[in-house]
Amino acid sequence: MHEMSIAESVLQIIEEAARIEECTKVKAVWLEIGQLAGVEKESLRFCFDVVTRDSIAEDARLEIVETLGRGWCMDCASNVAVTGRYEACPDCGSFRIEVTGGEEMRVKELEVE
Amino acid sequence: MCTICGCGKGETLIGGRAHGGSQARARQHKPGEKLHFRAREGSTTLVTHDGHAQVHLPERATIDFGTGPAGAHAPGMSQARMVKIERDILAKNNDYADQNRRYFSEHAIFALNLVSSPGSGKTTLLVKTITALNGAQSLAVIEGDQQTDNDAARIRAAGAPALQINTGKGCHLDAHMVGQAMQQLVLKDESLLLIENVGNLVCPAGFDLGEAHKVVIFSVTEGEDKPLKYPDMFRAADLMLLSKCDLLPHLDFDAGLAVANAFRINPGLKVIRISASSGEGMAEWLEWIRAGCHDAIAAKH
Repeated sequence: MHEMSIAESVLQIIEEAARIEECTKVKAVWLEIGQLAGVEKESLRFCFDVVTRDSIAEDARLEIVETLGRGWCMDCASNVAVTGRYEACPDCGSFRIEVTGGEEMRVKELEVE
Repeated sequence: MCTICGCGKGETLIGGRAHGGSQARARQHKPGEKLHFRAREGSTTLVTHDGHAQVHLPERATIDFGTGPAGAHAPGMSQARMVKIERDILAKNNDYADQNRRYFSEHAIFALNLVSSPGSGKTTLLVKTITALNGAQSLAVIEGDQQTDNDAARIRAAGAPALQINTGKGCHLDAHMVGQAMQQLVLKDESLLLIENVGNLVCPAGFDLGEAHKVVIFSVTEGEDKPLKYPDMFRAADLMLLSKCDLLPHLDFDAGLAVANAFRINPGLKVIRISASSGEGMAEWLEWIRAGCHDAIAAKH
């Protein structure tokens, strides 16, 4: 949910950076979106296109890098891959997993001119 | 469109006054509408236009083709370069939340964010809590609803100061709204602040208000699998109040299963079975609040 507000936040970050860097056009945007962040990538692409119209990032290429979900299983005391929230540990089947990675939503870098 | 949740126009009212937006927020623009860049005078100033802030950007007096890395502009050669950002997308709300949290800490205010489905009994429970505290604890309530100030009116009738935030089309309170509300409320040091969020088991989970704890209220007239269906909220909470327990004799609700489901999502969750009408669990809830207020005061000194 809220992909539109996420896209708006991305544009704000872009515009702030563009102001500081004194560039006139943003050609590409790299986002880091975790597997467990709960973001619908296609919806985000659509919203990004909508919000960047007539902005400094109009027609910018959107690259989404998906970071993998990771967690610490409290029962088998090991780091495990987590593909979805609230899923069982792939090794021991326990639900007692502390998520350690894959929840991020970050603007990584821009290609500007 | 609301900057934070993206649904509908930002028609937020805080204590009846329009929400002016923040300094760094860009103006919401609709597709086809031009964004205007105006010259900035001195430091960034807040300008509201139809309730939305505009970002002022410096006007370029000259377009200088000689300032690129090569020192010269060759036709056809672009000045493209990479700019590292590494900025968290939800940073804005988190920054406001941190500001709120710092304020609460400095003034030893114990702040709670009450979340639930609509109709779980949050407001009734608050009214009962205020009555039970009977002036022994300085407190105030921030109410969040799309429309009306019915809940704030009920709180005031119970004898506590209340401020209503109407989010318009918004589906949750955010940290900036709470910060603005705090300026109008002027809470005493060592107070209890109860924030009754918009009835919604989805969105509030993702928006930190700066509170000490999220308290999820889950009533026995809902399904036992609620925690499994809305795990983010039950995961984000530190305390769960299983409300309306006086109705259990009339229902097929399996309270043990409901609590087990909650523990499955959040093993560390504290659970209190409560009823605003019978008084069951109220003593334990009040004691939990008292302990929290005590800790807030102790942390300050």
